[in-house]
Amino acid sequence: MSMIEFDNVTKIYDERTVAIEDVSFEVEAGTTTVLVGPSGCGKTTTMTLVNRLEEPTEGTVYFEGTDVQALDPIELRRNIGYVIQEIGLFDHMTVGENVATVPDLKGWDADRIDDRVDELLELMDLPPAAYRDQYPPSLSGGQRQRVGVARALAADPDVLLMDEPFGALDPITRENLQDEFLDIQSQINTTILFVTHSIEEALKMGDKIAIFDVGELVQYDTPRNVLENPKSGFVKDFIGADRTLKKLQVTMVDDVMEPAGPERRGLVDSVEAGQPAAADGGDLVPVSPTDSVQVALSRIIQAQTDAIPVVDGDDVVGVVTESAIRDHRAHGAGD
Amino acid sequence: MTVSRLVSFGHLAHPLFVGSFLQFAVDNAGALAHLLVQHIVIVTQAIVLAVPIGVLLGVAITFEDRIATVVLWLAGIMMTIPSIALFGLLIPYFGIGKPPVVVALILYSQLPVVRNTYIGLTQVDEAAISAGRGIGMTRLQRLWRIRVPKALPVIMAGVRNAVIVLIGIAAIGAFIGAGGLGDFIFDGITDANTAMIVVTTVVLSVLALAFDYVFAVIEQVLRLHNGEDVDLLFPIRVARSVNS
Repeated sequence: MSMIEFDNVTKIYDERTVAIEDVSFEVEAGTTTVLVGPSGCGKTTTMTLVNRLEEPTEGTVYFEGTDVQALDPIELRRNIGYVIQEIGLFDHMTVGENVATVPDLKGWDADRIDDRVDELLELMDLPPAAYRDQYPPSLSGGQRQRVGVARALAADPDVLLMDEPFGALDPITRENLQDEFLDIQSQINTTILFVTHSIEEALKMGDKIAIFDVGELVQYDTPRNVLENPKSGFVKDFIGADRTLKKLQVTMVDDVMEPAGPERRGLVDSVEAGQPAAADGGDLVPVSPTDSVQVALSRIIQAQTDAIPVVDGDDVVGVVTESAIRDHRAHGAGD
Repeated sequence: MTVSRLVSFGHLAHPLFVGSFLQFAVDNAGALAHLLVQHIVIVTQAIVLAVPIGVLLGVAITFEDRIATVVLWLAGIMMTIPSIALFGLLIPYFGIGKPPVVVALILYSQLPVVRNTYIGLTQVDEAAISAGRGIGMTRLQRLWRIRVPKALPVIMAGVRNAVIVLIGIAAIGAFIGAGGLGDFIFDGITDANTAMIVVTTVVLSVLALAFDYVFAVIEQVLRLHNGEDVDLLFPIRVARSVNS
């Protein structure tokens, strides 16, 4: 079922400035769709049409099959999580009170709110005992954004809107939060609409990505298809010249690994014996099936070898070879 | 010059001189207490009426910047009118005695109260407001849950300013028969009774400091409640400076 649907939506500000024109796409329940494009391309406007912070000039936006114009905007917003780049925490309230905001607005009883707040802080890796009663100004940027995400998820919304949520963070914190968030997302199964200007972030976070160019949705597809078949020169430029390398980021080890044959016996034995496999360039750290092929290739090059063991838990489940990565790229490439 | 200063210094330091002040305070303790209570009643009545009016005005002008400019300008003009002149202007409408003085005090307190309410409400982080809107707060809820709590300490600082000013102006209200400690000051001037003037002024100052202290503590408590950094030694420090 589509959770959110845009049907020929146009938004014009002040009767002259066209923010988006004739945009149509659907977001499947439980998936993450990333709206990506340069500044002023209309991606944020598109997002704010969902929770009626803006109203469409033409066309219809559907939320769970209902025209949002038929829904009360306040109720609608309380049923949709919302995270912004500036975070916008309420500095005069404790972390716990911030997270409790929407459940409180919805009139949940106090016990239920308390339990929910603790549950979310736990989920966001902010132990409630240590963080619940702190005030936001005493937290780091990364912790503040975690609180922002916890606040957005508090009333268990079906849809989460995230407007450049990790944009203001330093690269290391951003990457950690992205990884954590991917992990959290697999636990909560919420439908997510995510806005970013970074194609790397879009490829990493999205099940599907929607690429915008000045008010127009130019391509809406899976990260892999976007990389393999960029629809226009704009998309190609936007992805950058290194799209082959980017494809390695979106390909999982699982897709290219092969069973460890007898010629890899030595590699497998040493890993199962709990020792790092020795290679010419030093120790070879095994990858897991959910790592990206980029990680695998990087470690292969680092260790100056031609294959890397894949480990799931304590077991060696296969190997990834450099030639398998090359072949996979060759088969998948669209041009 | 040196000689006269020495002489006047010796005069001030003379035990009998200080003694005459104490003597006056002891002899007139009952009357002083009576006037002090009158004074507190006038100021309290004025501030109890002035704060809701000022806060409502401050809230109202946050909706329209142009009106805010005009209102704050008028409130500023109000402060420049000498109190005696304002009493004179109010007498035709409110008669003499307490009513015109209370009205004048309300008018004088508007600038600090309205201005601080306005600043307090508009200084709020805009990201917090847009986040509040995005997660489903109504306009009133954003005002009540975000703007007002952040503004309260600032408003309280304005009220604190107003009260100090009012205690001084209220003394002049005695001139048109409002009562209060101003009575003894005017009597002291008429009778050239230095002890009367000095003792009454000291009582007025202590009253102002006491009000200042109480409101400062309230302000700090509100800041603490908002999770802001406050000087926890503040009450002790003020108490020391008042006692010293």
